[in-house]
Amino acid sequence: MDDAAAPYVEVSGLCVVGREDGAAPVPIIIDLNFAIARGEVLALIGESGSGKTTAALALMGYARRGCSITAGHVRVGITDVLALPPHGLTAYRGRNVTYVAQSAAASFNPSQRIMSQVIEPALVHGLMSRGEAEDKARMLFRALALPDPEGVGSRYPHQVSGGQLQRLMAAMALITGPDLVILDEPTTALDVTTQIEVLWAFRNVVRQLHTTAVYVSHDLPVVAQLADRVVVLHGGKEQETAPIATILHEAEHPYTRSLLAAAKPSSKVASTPVAADAKRDVLAISGLVAGYGGLDAQGMPRFPVLHDIGFGIGPGSVLGVIGESGCGKSTLAQVIAGLLPAAHGTMLLDGRELPRRVAERTPEQLQAVQIVFQMADVALNPARTVAGILARPLKFYHGMRGAAARRRVAELLDMVHLSLQLAERYPDELSGGQKQRVNLARALAAEPKLILCDEVTSALDTIVAAAVLELLAELRRELGVALMFISHDLSTIRAICDQVMVLYAGRAVEAGPRATLESKPMHPYTELLLASVPELRTDWLDGIERAALEEASAGLTMEDLHRPCPFFRRCPVHLPGLCDVQPPPVQRLSKGAAIACHRTEDELRQAQ
Amino acid sequence: MSAAQRTAVVAPVRRRSVTLGLSATGCVAALVVIALLVLAVIGPMLAPYPPGAIVTDDLFGPMSRAHLFGTDYLGRDMLSRILESARYTLGIALPAAALASLTGTSLGMLAASAGGLTDAALSRAMDTLICFPSIIFSLVVVAACGSSVTVLILTAGVIYTPGCFRIVRSIATDISAKDFVHAARARGERSPAIVLEEILPNMVAPILTDFGLRFVFIVLLLSSLSFLGLGIQPPYSDWGGLVRENLDGLSSGAPAVLIPAICIAVLTVSINLLIDSLPSRKGARRG
Amino acid sequence: MADASAATGSGTIRVSASHSVVLGLILRRTGLSLLLLLTVSIVVFAGTELLPGDVAQIVLGQSATPDALAGLRLTLHLDQPAWHRYFTWLFGLLTLNPGESLVNNMPVADLVGGRLGNSLLLASLTTLVTVPLALLIGITAAVWRGSPYDRTVNLLTVAAVSVPEFLFATSAVLIFAVHLHWLPALSYAADADSFSGLLRSFALPVGTLAVAIFPQMARMTRAALISTLGSSYIEMAVLKGVRPVRLILRHALPNALGPIANAIALSLSFLLGGIVVVESVFNYPGLAKLMVDAVSTRDMPLVQACAMIFCSGYLLLVLTADIVAILSNPRLRYR
Repeated sequence: MDDAAAPYVEVSGLCVVGREDGAAPVPIIIDLNFAIARGEVLALIGESGSGKTTAALALMGYARRGCSITAGHVRVGITDVLALPPHGLTAYRGRNVTYVAQSAAASFNPSQRIMSQVIEPALVHGLMSRGEAEDKARMLFRALALPDPEGVGSRYPHQVSGGQLQRLMAAMALITGPDLVILDEPTTALDVTTQIEVLWAFRNVVRQLHTTAVYVSHDLPVVAQLADRVVVLHGGKEQETAPIATILHEAEHPYTRSLLAAAKPSSKVASTPVAADAKRDVLAISGLVAGYGGLDAQGMPRFPVLHDIGFGIGPGSVLGVIGESGCGKSTLAQVIAGLLPAAHGTMLLDGRELPRRVAERTPEQLQAVQIVFQMADVALNPARTVAGILARPLKFYHGMRGAAARRRVAELLDMVHLSLQLAERYPDELSGGQKQRVNLARALAAEPKLILCDEVTSALDTIVAAAVLELLAELRRELGVALMFISHDLSTIRAICDQVMVLYAGRAVEAGPRATLESKPMHPYTELLLASVPELRTDWLDGIERAALEEASAGLTMEDLHRPCPFFRRCPVHLPGLCDVQPPPVQRLSKGAAIACHRTEDELRQAQ
Repeated sequence: MSAAQRTAVVAPVRRRSVTLGLSATGCVAALVVIALLVLAVIGPMLAPYPPGAIVTDDLFGPMSRAHLFGTDYLGRDMLSRILESARYTLGIALPAAALASLTGTSLGMLAASAGGLTDAALSRAMDTLICFPSIIFSLVVVAACGSSVTVLILTAGVIYTPGCFRIVRSIATDISAKDFVHAARARGERSPAIVLEEILPNMVAPILTDFGLRFVFIVLLLSSLSFLGLGIQPPYSDWGGLVRENLDGLSSGAPAVLIPAICIAVLTVSINLLIDSLPSRKGARRG
Repeated sequence: MADASAATGSGTIRVSASHSVVLGLILRRTGLSLLLLLTVSIVVFAGTELLPGDVAQIVLGQSATPDALAGLRLTLHLDQPAWHRYFTWLFGLLTLNPGESLVNNMPVADLVGGRLGNSLLLASLTTLVTVPLALLIGITAAVWRGSPYDRTVNLLTVAAVSVPEFLFATSAVLIFAVHLHWLPALSYAADADSFSGLLRSFALPVGTLAVAIFPQMARMTRAALISTLGSSYIEMAVLKGVRPVRLILRHALPNALGPIANAIALSLSFLLGGIVVVESVFNYPGLAKLMVDAVSTRDMPLVQACAMIFCSGYLLLVLTADIVAILSNPRLRYR
């Protein structure tokens, strides 16, 4: 790709350092070089701390507080960006290079209407009149397939959904017709079924306008849909630069390969379920209803979150619970842990009734069920050392102290593959992966029969997450502990679970063995969810039907929660007059799964 | 397993400084505060003259070798008076601040952990107290009960309880919402254990900072009361009282009126600078 | 907000735009303030009348004659139960007739009436001087945070926050009245015939009060603005090429309005305390001076009335700030 003619954008010898008060400067970007041709989309790929955002911001001559650009050249078109004086930078930013941030919800000013923010770059740079700018904005809204392109501008940011805000921000970035657009993880904060529509809109606009862009992401399958070339960053250094096809099929650098390996579903981790015939379930749940707010006259919570949930987890087996944000999957873990008492339903632990409140449970019951939270950062007490954190459950459950406790702490650290030297560290001195391992070790300290894992890998980088997943599989193999594994990520669920349950708006829409995710027919929502997950090939997005996108982009609204079938509005095969009147019956499919749907197996097979 | 071991090896070690991490200003301020506290304890032993004794005819005398801080409106040695009064200024403000911190912290913790009706009742009661500008509350109490040392300690302690209560309650509520507290609750731990083992260890720094601030406010309040003639009653006096006694010397710029005022300022400014220079434990953002 | 957990991210919760939400919030807040005022009145009454021992004895002192004591008990209606006296007093307050002064037998309302105006004048003049200055310093310090200017402002305001008002007052008198003879040491509102006379007689008390409350206000304004300047949408505006002045005026300030209003209200409530010392030092015929005198003479009805006025002042300030915060929040205005 390196043509003889000077490239359109050129970065050479870029160095950025960060400086905390009083501490020695830490290099964030070290001698980075890359070039972008006109109309090309270049991806900066890396995990957190790789410096990808910092590098992208340097293209705008911008460094965040505490960071400074110490060396290098950035040339965009004919502009030597780093040589610009302050007023020159102000004139350049938002005019020649524009930025789409990761969290549109936080990046829109909450006190201004959307239209005035979208056209602001055009106005402050004096490019067009207000009327012209608004016309162009509406044109862009249509190009980005936003619903209600005429009216959306007069709303405030909090009145618009996250997926739409992300597209509105793209309109803001495109309104000045910039030389270069920087897209910084623009879909990372979105649910998969929302992400697909945003990706599709971005890709179309970029193709239509021949936009030159930098796409910053940690997510290889997403990047594969948009990027022409990829720069792989690690620890602030360039590891490999190559066209996307080369990266996907014949990556050279070992780091790139480990990224690829972590992004591919590795079902080798999951073992076949332990023979679950003779023994009864560790945990059996039926008719579970839970929510927030007081109970009404019918004994229903004011804000119900879970409706009539039932399942069983066999000894040593893994149940995967999958769903998007707001589906109630974390609430389910809290209900089982007794933190949020259920309003209805029975829970049996080893065949005996498990009280709904944690305060009413016996020490044995408490010990048998442990919970591990998503955010390792806040799940560990910052005022206690690792040893202190692990010693607490040892003392509480087993009355263990002194030398015996110290020995056990060492064993636990060993079990989660952490060095004994970490015992005297405080949580803020650990990396994200280490914290999550300590978190697991704390649950293991109780010697439980069942561990509830609530998105335990979601906040981690892909490679670290893959390692934690591997650890979980190993613990389950060696200790025979059962897991309820909650996640929004299909590949993670596929990798580790024996059974799966798909949640939508607090209802189980499909449940069955892991293979149920592979074979059709399936519940329409399951199908949408599966279809929305980007695949590690460049033509995935091209193969998606436009019709499927419209359903996906609709999202869940408050009204949907009160429908007999909350998926009714988004469902491609809904039956008006039936689905919106009667709750869907639970039926067993021949593949061995149960779904909640009015459509028969044959009807679904034909539709899918 | 190779990936697992890799994460174990890459452990970012952040320095945990042995010193308190104070700036130069902070160190000086800390030394001044400590020196003043020591003086309050052993001061009278260092006094060159008996505190009540009239030692010269020279009223509002200037600073001299015999009288380092000059003499007051009766011809008493100001240095001895300052050292004597330090006991009242610090000796009332310290227990009052401790009282405010202690009640504020315990009630705040109670409100945060009990929630519901207890929280509502406590919060409303504290809101009521907060409506009183501190000096107005003190005036009402002094009008009713006089101004003995006990009354002053209790008044100052009560009026600064709500401030501490609010801060403790809001921080404790924040911490209670964190997953490590949920984890303890899911483990089956009872509320008192959760408060002591999980929440309180994370609140030591903010509570101490708040204690310092309350202390400053109380010193200022009591000095103002004494300055108005409604604080410690003669023959005893705190620094604010010394300013009032010697106010007539103001026109001649006598040290007798300026030095006690400056003493108060040195004490409160030092504590504030000390608090201000405490290192905040937030790491910088990296992208 | 409890329903937020049910539908975050994926869907928008849209309720038809309604001003009734805002109005409801404001009414609720106002009601709460009135309720607090009621509990304050209970505290004031209980604090001054339900003492252990004999109130008449406390008021008159140990040397009082039995006749005088009996007379005072009758005037104070001490023969009636406490709740009865409370409601009589509360009714009196509401009808602007909070009883008679024990010391000079004048109606409390008359004593308070003239003084209140003087104090309000002093307070409003101080507010007029302080608020623009504090906003200017607070905002500029926030914009140039970390600069030598910001550090200087920080050091000076920390120092000024911790200095008692009477130190400012006495130093001001020493410098401007005693040494320089520019201004009168004592202030009488009555002297204010001409504008320059007014200026001269108010310069010292207003200046002292301003110095006493301004640092707090500037610091809180700075903190409120800095937390807004740390938002992602501010970074976004910088990356859009928005110039600094527009950045502050259009993007940062509208969002910091609530916290800044709160900072101003809280700082002004320090004014209620500071005015006590300042009026005493400058012998200013205001409400605070009246209250201090009433405390010395143990004139309970007068003390009660003054305390109620000061507490109402505080509640009014805080209520105003809350209403500004509610009105300036678009999430509440447009749901």
